[in-house]
Order: sequence, then structure tokens, then C-alpha cells
Amino acid sequence: MALLEVKNLEVFYGMIQAIRGISFEVNEGEIVTLIGANGAGKTTTMQSIMGLIPIKKGTVTYNGQDITKVPGHKIVRMGMTQVPEGRRIFQQLTVYDNLLMGAYTIDDKKKIQQDIDEICTRFEILGERKNQIAGTLSGGEQQMLAMGRAMMSHPKLLMLDEPSMGLSPIFVDKVFDIIKDYHKSGTTILLVEQNAKKALSIADRAYVLETGSISLSGTATDLLNDEAVKKAYLGA
Amino acid sequence: MSTFIDGLSLGAIYALIALGYTMVYGIAKMLNFAHGDIIMVGAYTILTTLELTGNPYLAIAFSIVICTISGVVIEKLAYKPLRGASPLAVLITAIGVSFFLQSIAQLIYGSKSRPITLPDFGKMSIGSQEINVNTVITLVVGGIIMAGLTLFVKKTNTGRAMQAVSEDKGAALLMGVNVNRIIMITFAIGSALAAFASLFYLMQIPSITPTLGSMPGIKAFTAAVIGGIGSIPGAMLGGVLLGLIEKICLSIPAIGPYTTAIEFSLLIIILLVKPIGILGKKIREKV
Repeated sequence: MALLEVKNLEVFYGMIQAIRGISFEVNEGEIVTLIGANGAGKTTTMQSIMGLIPIKKGTVTYNGQDITKVPGHKIVRMGMTQVPEGRRIFQQLTVYDNLLMGAYTIDDKKKIQQDIDEICTRFEILGERKNQIAGTLSGGEQQMLAMGRAMMSHPKLLMLDEPSMGLSPIFVDKVFDIIKDYHKSGTTILLVEQNAKKALSIADRAYVLETGSISLSGTATDLLNDEAVKKAYLGA
Repeated sequence: MSTFIDGLSLGAIYALIALGYTMVYGIAKMLNFAHGDIIMVGAYTILTTLELTGNPYLAIAFSIVICTISGVVIEKLAYKPLRGASPLAVLITAIGVSFFLQSIAQLIYGSKSRPITLPDFGKMSIGSQEINVNTVITLVVGGIIMAGLTLFVKKTNTGRAMQAVSEDKGAALLMGVNVNRIIMITFAIGSALAAFASLFYLMQIPSITPTLGSMPGIKAFTAAVIGGIGSIPGAMLGGVLLGLIEKICLSIPAIGPYTTAIEFSLLIIILLVKPIGILGKKIREKV
């Protein structure tokens, strides 16, 4: 059974239809990536799944439960969260407080401290800057914080929306290493990326989104070798 | 010296009210112009409870409860349905709520001013100066409340969530924060603070009319803007500053009559020189 199943999803911004009835699924243990150009509707899809944008038609099922109309804060408690596009860390809070916010749904104080220690080992830079105001971190560091913050809630399914956006090549590699690593520790991943090459290189399966519709899907290896994908997204 | 203490104590009252404006603005991004009228609701609650029971402490407790409930109910009925609507619509609704509350009070209590007798603890002397004990109580209790609020916002989960919601509602939701609940709590806290403000206000001016909340409400709003709307320390600073200026101006016969004009001029100057207020934070637009 799929952990996340999106069926015939339609999303509108006013009169304009941004998502035109897409369907896809993420099975437990997979890394699935949604690739596509700017404006294809990747972020809209991500946000509508979490209830940040209303869904006009279609259903979203998580772990066998219909969550189409469930408010986002409850979805987080069900074990699914998102690293949003543009990171959206809390700039005015400290790194430490950002991590505490990530653990908002967790009541066990001791566990939270352990988790923070673990995150600070995984991301050394966050450990060093624990008491710094998050807005003063560099872009790459902020991305680390956004990922660490999302990990604090122990999601079963972690969605990442363009985690490599605006980062230097070194940080891009780092980000993808972290995703691979985190996946190995038992978390299912749904990854939205413009960097198709990188995304396909770590994913099991992939969907290509084009102006609100899914134009292609298959295993990541197949798509990496697909002529159309190569031409449009891999720059080869 | 006594002018200074009077000013600080009036400032504490303004600060308590200003906190309600600033917290609601910071979190719900709206100007709640009905906030001043919550003070009036608190004042009439104190009056009625006092008439019925004669117990001033019960009156205070009851007024806190009624104000908190009023704030939450107003948010739920008047503002919540407008979430996401244009700021102008929300603003006009707030003004409507303000008129509504004043009219209700007029229907129940009439428009004539009603006197109220609160316990008076007389005067105490500090050095050679005589100071009203009530003034000192206002100052001390007000200070304790504000310190408590600061700790609450900085150190508790709910307080941290309030800061998160004020910065980015969407991101806060992704942390599992129930944004509507946080907004409700903010209204509850703001209104409870207004209940304290109404008590302290009555200790200084012991008469009640349905429009009692307007002037302190507007002045506290001014204080919130001067300090930097959305900023909690800003509201405290702005309130204390305005209270001090008011009392100092009033103590000088030559400029006393112009006190209110001076206070609002200060607002205009601040808006010209530093529109975000003294402690206001610049919102960085993301590109």
C-alpha cells in the first residue's frame, strides 16, 4: 500500500488552474522525486498536500487515511512534514529555538534534548551556532537548519521542496548526501527539485510535472536515460 | 519625583493596553480597534460585581474572566470569518465591534457617567515625597505582569509558537502549530491585560462611561506605534514613554493644556523619522 497517494488533484489560484488532475504515489521506504521547470506546479502540489492551499478536486490519502480536508497542523502529528521552498526558517528566533519549534508536536522533553544533540552532531554548523539568531546564518546553513527542524518531528514521510535552490555546489552535494543518509535511517522521502540530474541520481522513482500535468513517470534510472528528459531537463 | 512615579504608573497602564494591540497585530496582522472598549467592558464588570457583592477582589477576578471571554468571542465571531480578507475590511469590522460594545454598554448602563469606589490605600512617603499607594500598586503589579508575559513568550512552547506564527504562519503550521488556536490565545491574553488596565485606570479616575475605553485605547495604540507595533518590548517602552510625557507635561502649567496635542505630535514625528517605531523590526522582503 502506498504511504502517500494523490489522486486526480486539481488546484486553482482564483480562476487559473495550476494543477490539472495529477495522480502519483509514494510507497513506504522510497525516495520519489517530482521534477519539472519553474512554474510547473511543484510547490503548489506540495503546499496543497499539507493544506496550505485549498484543494479543489481530488483526494490525498496518507497511510490509508483521507487527509484531503485535514488541517496541516494535524497532518504533521500524523507523521508527515515538509521542508518548504525557500527554507522559511524563523529568522528572528535562535537556531536552538527553531529546532524546538520543529519538535512542537513532541511532548517528551528529554527526547527533544537528545534529538537536538543528535541534529547538532549531524549538522555540526548548527551545533556551533546554537544560540545565534537564525536570520544571520548563510543560505546553506539555513537549509541545514530547515532540514534539521523538520527532522525534529520524526516524520515517516518527509517532503522537501527545492532544497538545493540558491545553494553553492558544495552545499548542493551536502544537501543530497543528507537526504540519502536520512532516507537510510528509515524515512520515506518525497523530493521536489529543479535540479533533475541530482534528484534522479538519488531517487527510486520519478514524475515529471509540466504545466500542471504529469507528462512522464517511471523509475529514476529509466528517466535518466529517457531522450526527452535528457533534452528538457538534463541539458544533454 | 512624584511626577516621575505618576508618569511611570500611567505608563504601565498604557503599556498593558498597548501590549494587547501589539500582540494581536504581530500575530493576526490586524489592528483591533475594539481593544480599547475591552477596558470599558472590564470597568463595568468591576462596577456591577462591586454593587452586587461588595467584594473588590471578586470584582477584579470576574472582570479578568469577562474580558478574556469577550476578547475570545469577538475574535471568533467577528474576525475569524474574515481571515484572509482585505485588511481594510477587517479594520472596519473592528471599528464596528467597537461601536457595538459601546452601544451595548449604553443600553445596559445608560450614557451618564457612573462613579465607582475602589479600595484606597491612602498615601505613603518615600523620603520627603508623598505618593498614592494605588499608584505604586499599579507600577509594581504592572511590572510583574509584563515581566511574566516576557518570560511566557520567550520560554514556553506556546510563547515560542506565538513568535513563530507572527513571523511565518505557513511555516508554523508545518511545525504542527494550530495557528487559529494561537490567535485565540493571543486575544485572550491581550484582553486579560486590558482587564488589569481597566482596574488601574479606575484607581486613578473612578468614573465610568460607555466611551471610557476610547481615549486610553487611542493613546495606548499611539504608544504601541511609537514603540514599534508588533514588538512586545516596544509596546512596554512606548507605553512608559507616553505615560511619563503625559504626566510631565501636565505638571508644567504653561504646557499642561496642550498635553494631548504633544503626545500625538510625538506620534507624527516618530512616523516621519522612524516609521517602524523605536524598537520595530524591519520586515525583510524575500526576493
